[in-house]
Amino acid sequence: MSPAIGRPVDRVDGVAKVTGDARYTGEIPLPGLTYATTVGATIPSGRVTAIDADAALAAGGVLAVLTHESLPKVAAQPHLLPSLAGGPAPGESFFPMQDEMVHYAGQPVALVVADSHERAQHAASLVAVSYETSPSVTTIDEGRDAAYEPERLFGGLIPARTERGDVEAALAAAEVRLDLDYRFAANHHNPIEPSATTAVWDEHRLTIYDSTQGIRASQLTVAQLLGIPLADIRVVAGFVGGGFGAKAMIWPHVTLAAMAARVVGRPVRLVLTRPQMFTSAGQREEQEQTLALGASRDGRLTALRHHKLSLTSPFDDWAEPATGVSSQLYACPDYEGVHRLVHGNTMTPTFTRGPGEAVGLYVLETAMDELAYELEIDPVQLRLLNRAGADPNGNPWSSDGLEECLRVGAERFGWAQRNPAPRTRRDGDWLIGSGMATAAYPVPLFMPVQRARARVYADGGAVVQTGTQEFGTGVTTAMAQVAADAFGVALESVRFEAGDTDLPNTSAAVGSAGAGMVSAAVHAAATALRDDLVAMAVADGGSPLHGAQPSAVEVRDGRMLLADQPGTGETYGELMGRNRLADAEAVGSWQPPPLDTPHGLLTFGVQFAEVAVDPEIGLVRVRRLSGAFAPGRVLNPKLARSQLMGGMLWGLGQALLEGNAMDTRHGRWGAINLGEYLVPVNADAPDVTVDLVEVRDEVANTLGVKGVGEIGQVGLAAAIANAVFHATGRRMRELPMAAELVMDPPAAVPA
Amino acid sequence: MRPLSYARARDEADAIALVSSDPTSAFLAGGTTEIDLVRLGVTRPDRLVDINDLPLADVQDLAGGGVRIGALARMSDVARAPAIVERYPAVAQGLVLAASEQLRNMASMGGNLCQRVRCAYFRDNISPCNKREPGSGCSALEGLNRGHAILGTSEHCIATHPSDVAVALVAFDAVVSTVGPGGAREIAVDDFYREPGDTPDVEHPLDHGELIVAIDLPPLDVARRSSYRKYRDRQSYEFALVSVAVAIDVRDGAVAEVRLALGGVGTKPWRARRAEARLLGAPASSEAFADAAAAELSAAVPREHNAFKVELAQRAIVRALTDAVDGGAR
Repeated sequence: MSPAIGRPVDRVDGVAKVTGDARYTGEIPLPGLTYATTVGATIPSGRVTAIDADAALAAGGVLAVLTHESLPKVAAQPHLLPSLAGGPAPGESFFPMQDEMVHYAGQPVALVVADSHERAQHAASLVAVSYETSPSVTTIDEGRDAAYEPERLFGGLIPARTERGDVEAALAAAEVRLDLDYRFAANHHNPIEPSATTAVWDEHRLTIYDSTQGIRASQLTVAQLLGIPLADIRVVAGFVGGGFGAKAMIWPHVTLAAMAARVVGRPVRLVLTRPQMFTSAGQREEQEQTLALGASRDGRLTALRHHKLSLTSPFDDWAEPATGVSSQLYACPDYEGVHRLVHGNTMTPTFTRGPGEAVGLYVLETAMDELAYELEIDPVQLRLLNRAGADPNGNPWSSDGLEECLRVGAERFGWAQRNPAPRTRRDGDWLIGSGMATAAYPVPLFMPVQRARARVYADGGAVVQTGTQEFGTGVTTAMAQVAADAFGVALESVRFEAGDTDLPNTSAAVGSAGAGMVSAAVHAAATALRDDLVAMAVADGGSPLHGAQPSAVEVRDGRMLLADQPGTGETYGELMGRNRLADAEAVGSWQPPPLDTPHGLLTFGVQFAEVAVDPEIGLVRVRRLSGAFAPGRVLNPKLARSQLMGGMLWGLGQALLEGNAMDTRHGRWGAINLGEYLVPVNADAPDVTVDLVEVRDEVANTLGVKGVGEIGQVGLAAAIANAVFHATGRRMRELPMAAELVMDPPAAVPA
Repeated sequence: MRPLSYARARDEADAIALVSSDPTSAFLAGGTTEIDLVRLGVTRPDRLVDINDLPLADVQDLAGGGVRIGALARMSDVARAPAIVERYPAVAQGLVLAASEQLRNMASMGGNLCQRVRCAYFRDNISPCNKREPGSGCSALEGLNRGHAILGTSEHCIATHPSDVAVALVAFDAVVSTVGPGGAREIAVDDFYREPGDTPDVEHPLDHGELIVAIDLPPLDVARRSSYRKYRDRQSYEFALVSVAVAIDVRDGAVAEVRLALGGVGTKPWRARRAEARLLGAPASSEAFADAAAAELSAAVPREHNAFKVELAQRAIVRALTDAVDGGAR
C-alpha cells in the first residue's frame, strides 16, 4: 500500500463545487428565515444625532430596525486577540451600536431585519441617519504628527521593536549604505464569498452558520459578547468561499446576527454586501516603510534598520508585523525593527494574506536587489552569500531548503542566461526584464492544544473529525490522506469531517498554520485508534496476532499483520466483528512546541519573474513566474501547487493593481467594489511554474508540515519590481506600481 | 433594491408608448449597467420596459457601402460581424477590448451608447454629484480623480465617458437613428454626446421615451485600415486610461485624410478635431504627429491624480499615428 500523503489526489469536494451542489453559509435553507443588513455610517468621526426609521419600518416585509437605542448591550467589552491564539477573537476592541459615537465610515449604526435580503437592503436605504461630524484622521499624512511607538502589537502578542547590536554605529561604519523609503496603499481582501452569518436560536441555545476561518473563534467571541455559556453555542461552517485573512477574525456582524435573531424570534441571515466588505472585515493598513542597509564591499550585510509606520484604528495598536522575516532571513549582526502607528478613523486593520511580511519582504528584497546592483554581484549569489544558517539567537532552522530553492528556481527559470545590465532587452514597444526575490514566512507556534477524533466502523469505513473548516485550501482532502496513512487504510475508506464546533477543537486556520496543526491532531487521533485496535488484537486470544508485540504489528490496507510475517494477521473488521463492536473510536491531541523552542522557524522559497514593460505608457505585463518553495512535508502536491500558484498571482496583484485610496474629505474609501478595486483577471495571469523542495522538519509539528498559504505569496511582488528595474532601470518604491509611477518621466510636455 | 415593476414591450410602438406615457419608466435592453445603477439606487425607475423582443438585433449593409447596426445587436455579435471587421476594424477592436466576454454577450449597442459614467462619486449615492443631484457639487474636482477626464471638463463635472466602441463611432461620424413619440430622427453621434458644461445631468439629446433603433456607419474607405488601441491597468475587464481610434491615409508623404478619436480622457468620446486639422496636409512625420497631439491636448485641464494622462495621451496618439502609417501593428 503506497502512502496517501504525497499523492496529488483530486479534491474530494471538487465535483460538488463545480456543479453548485456545495452549500455555502448564505445558501442554507431554514424555516422562517429572515434577513438582516447593517446600515453603515457615512461619516468617519462624530456622533449620530437622530435616526428616522419610519420609512424603513413602513417598507414591505420589515420586522425590525435596531439602533444604538434599541440594540442589546454586549456582555463584555471585546478585546482584540489573533484567532490563532485560541481565545475570543474580535477583529477590533470595539462593538458598534452601543452608543451614538461614530469612529469610522461604514461602522454599523442601524440593523434592519426583513423577510427577504432584497427588502432588507431596500429598507436599509430608507433609514435616515443624522450626524454631527467631528474632525477625522483617515491617512498617515493627516496623523503623522501624532505617530507613536506602541509597546506591543497584535493584542499584546508581539513586541513592536526588535533590536540587536548597535545598528546606528554599524550603518555609520558600513562600506556601502542604502537608505530607501517606501509607500504602500491600503489593501482590501475580497474572497469570492462575502462574509455571511446565519443565527438560529432554540430557547437559550444558539446555532450559528458562519463563513469563517475559525469556527471556534466565532463560538468563543459570540459567547463572550452575548454572555452565554460556550456549551450553548454551536458554530457550523460547511463550505467557506475563501478567507485570505478577511475571515480570520470575528467581526461585529456575526454577533449582530445573533442579537437580531433573538429580537425577532426567528432565524436571521446576514450577508455582507460587496461594498460592506470594504468597511466590515478589516483591511491591510496604509503604510510607509524605510530600510537602511549597510554592507561590506564584498556583499555581506552588516546592518539593517527596518521601520514601519502605519495607520490603525482608534481602538487598537494593530500593525501587521513587517519585520519577522527581515530580522532573521539573512545573517546580519546589527539590526533594528520598529513599528510605529497613527490612530485614525478606520476600522482596525487585519490580516491580509502574507500578513505583514508580504510588505516587509518587498522592502527587504527590493533593497537586496539594489545592493546586488550597487556591488555588481548576481542577486542569487548575494542571497547565498548572506543566507543565515541559524536564527539570530543561534538556533538552527527547524528545517531550511533556501539554498536548494535558489538552485532549483534559478535552473527552472533560466536565470544563468540573464544579462544583468538594465534596459537591454526590447520586444517592440516592450522592455523585457527579469528579477528574483527570496520568499520567507515565519512558522507561528502560539496556538493551544489541537484535537481530533477518529472512528472506524466494523465494515471498515472510517471517519475522522475535527473542528476546522474548509475554506478552499483542500483540508477535507488532505486530512483524509493523513488519516488514511496513520490508520493504515486505503484513502477511499476514510472521510474527513469538519466545520462544526461540536467536534474536537482546533484553532482558526490562519498564518499558514492550518495544515500543520490540523494534520498533527488528525495524525494523533488516527494513530491512537490504530494503537487501540492493535492492542486489542494482541490481547485477544481469538486473534492470529495474539501475543505479538504491538511494535511488531503493521497495518496495511486495514489489515493488521506481523511486519516480518505478513501472512499472519487480520483486518480491523474481523477483530471488531469477533468482539461484537460496531465501531471503535479514539481522540488524539497535539501540543505545539513551546514558544521558546530552540529552533529558528521560517519557511523558505524563492520567486522569479519575467516582465514586459511599456515604458512610454507605464504598463507592466508579467510574462512568466517561477517559484520554488520548501514548505516542509507536502501532503498533497496538487493542492499545494494550486495554493502556491494562487499566492503568486496574489503577489502579482499586490505589485501591480491592488490599492485603495482614502477620500480624506469624507473619510471614505475610494473603491468599494471589484470594478474599482482592481485584482488580476485571467488575462493578466502568465505562465507559472511551481517547484516543491520538500524538507524534513521535526520541530514545527508531527508531520513537519510548514504550510503553503503565505509562502507562495510573499516575495513575489519584489521579484516583479526587481524585474521592472531590470527592464527599465527604474526602481519602484510604491505599490501598487500604477502606470503613472512606471512610465518614463515626461520630457517637457510640448506647449 | 427599490421595488419596481417590469413590462415587456411587444414592438417599437408599444415600447415607446409605455415609456413616453410614464415619466418613471425606462427602457431595459442588456441591463449590464442599468441594473447595477438601479440596485445602487442611483437611478430610480418605477418600471423597466424590456425591449429585448424587438427585432433590432441585425447588422445590415446599407446602400452605398455603409453598415447599419441594430440597437439591440449584442456587442459580441457586432464585434464578429464581417462587415464591421472588414470595413471598420477600429469598431470591432473597440468592442472586443471592452468589458468582459460575459458582458459583451449581454450588452446591446444602443445601451452601450447610453451607458453612464463610472465616477465613483456618481455611483456611491452619497457624495455630492452634479450628475446625480444637480447643484450638489462635484466631488471629483478635488477628490480621487485618477480615472477622470482631462478634456471637455467643466467645473461641474469631470467624469470620463467610459465607452470604447463610441470612440471609434465618433471617429467615423456614425449616426444614431431614433424613434420617439414625435417620430423618427437621426443624430450625429458626436452631437449625441455632450460635454457636461453646467448641466452634467443631461447626457444626450434623447427625449423621454425616445428609443435608439440603429447606429449607422457611413461608407468610409480610410476606416478599412483603422485601428483601436486601448491602454489600461489590467488586460481585461477594465476601462481605458487612454485609448485611440485612428484611421489615416498618407499620399506622397503627406496626410491626405485622418480620423482620430480618444477614449479614457474625455467627458465624451473625444474626436480629436484640433489634431486632425493640424495633420491634414502635414508631412506624416513624428514631429507632425507630436505637434498634432500637443495641439489637441493644449486644451487639457489636468487635476491632482490624473495629470499623467496628458503625457500619456500625447504618447498614445503619436504611437497610434506612427503605427498606422507604418502599417504594422506592434
